[in-house]
This record gives sequence, structure tokens and C-alpha cells, in this order.
Amino acid sequence: MGKLTIGCFSSLVGSMNLDFAVKLAGAAIDKGHKVDFWVSGNATMLSIKGQRAFKDYSALEKPLKELMGKGLNVTACEACAEARGYNKDNTLEGFKRHSMDWYLASIFDADRVLHIGGE
Amino acid sequence: MATTKLGFIIQRPPYKSEDPKLAITHAISSQSVEIYLNDGDLVTADIAFIGDGILNCLKNQKAMDQYGLTSTESHIKNCLLLDLNVLVCKEDLENLGLTENDIVIDAEEFGADVTVKVVPFNDINKMMEEVNHLLFF
Repeated sequence: MGKLTIGCFSSLVGSMNLDFAVKLAGAAIDKGHKVDFWVSGNATMLSIKGQRAFKDYSALEKPLKELMGKGLNVTACEACAEARGYNKDNTLEGFKRHSMDWYLASIFDADRVLHIGGE
Repeated sequence: MATTKLGFIIQRPPYKSEDPKLAITHAISSQSVEIYLNDGDLVTADIAFIGDGILNCLKNQKAMDQYGLTSTESHIKNCLLLDLNVLVCKEDLENLGLTENDIVIDAEEFGADVTVKVVPFNDINKMMEEVNHLLFF
């Protein structure tokens, strides 16, 4: 099985890119692949815990937790998160925070990279 | 020992979105990625400005005066200081009515040895074919 690195830079609310990326990560994990998931820029919004799941807005905490339970490795850009006031205290349990070189290190040995830019 | 080559393609204008700066800062992080890798393993980053992305390279940006932010121009100069390969599409530069005199070419004041290379799109295409992964911003 292979390793897929997904990088997403779009916001959770206001774009459907994260919805797609999380679904794709789930499909890859179900097929037995290893998936690293990097969020940077506005996509660091995905890391905040306690977001209310309205039906009109994207809310991915539940599926994300399920995928993390299946081995999804999720990391947020620490600087991007801090710049937005997303700190350790309001970060989902299991959601890692690193500098940008983590993403490049993940790409280093990835079989495929899917990079989804921002808005 | 292995090397993974990355190509960062910047096609969006500066200050309208965060993308160009994120592209550059991610590319710069190739200089510190070794802390996660085995000895001898490397990640290299080439950067190419195409389309409206060329506007990121304009000289004399006033981001610090206007927004209190480090300019994209300054980030590009940091790339040169770190010896990253920075390419600018010649055809797109001309399409925007610009010349090499209008854009950042060197960063001598930072002590950089390498310069921005204005090249035909064919050369950027060649770079894109040679890298392992492409990241579009």
C-alpha cells in the first residue's frame, strides 16, 4: 500500500475543499493506504474543537475524529493557526501542530501528493 | 540518501490572498526539513512565478508601510539568500507590460549570490517535468 500526503489551504466554512479532502483521505485509508493530512493558511480552521455543526455549514469534527481513529495523521501549520488565534487549548485532541517543514518532510517519502490551494 | 524535488508554482497576485506568501514560506522551509529526515536525505524547492503571479516580483513594494507586513519582495529576496532556484516566466512578464527592470532580480543587500532567472515558459515546463511533486498556489 502507498502513502498519500494531502495538503489543504482552504477554509472549512466558505469552501468545500476540506470536505472533499477529508472524504478523499477516508477513501484512501479504507483502501489501506497511509495518509498524512496537512492544513495551512485558512484550512487551520479545521483544527478548532467545539465547532457547532449547523446543517448549512461544513462541519468535519465527527468524520475527522473517526478517521484519526483509523490512523489518519493530521497536522496544522502552527504559525498559521496561532496567527488566527487557534492555540493549543482550542485544538482538537490528536490534531498535531508543526512548522511548514513537516509538510515537506511528509512529501519526501509520499507516493502521491495532492495539494489543494487556498481560496 | 535520497532527494525529493518540489516545484512551487505561483500564479496568484500578491496581497489579494495569502497563497503566494504561503508558497514562498513553504519553499523556504525546505532548508530546515532535514530535522525530520535521515542523514543525507534532502528536499529541494524550485519556485516559478507565472501569470498574475509575476506581480509578486515587483520592486519597491510598500507592504510594511501600508499594512505593517513583510513584503513578498522581501520573501523572494530571502529565497535568493537561501540559494533557491527562482524562475519568472518571460512571456507572462511581457504580457503584463513589464521588464526585468521592474522586478526583483537580486538580493545583494542580503548577501545573496544567486539571482532570479527570467526564462521562457518552456524552461519552467522543463523544471516541472524534472521535479517529483508540483504544488500550485
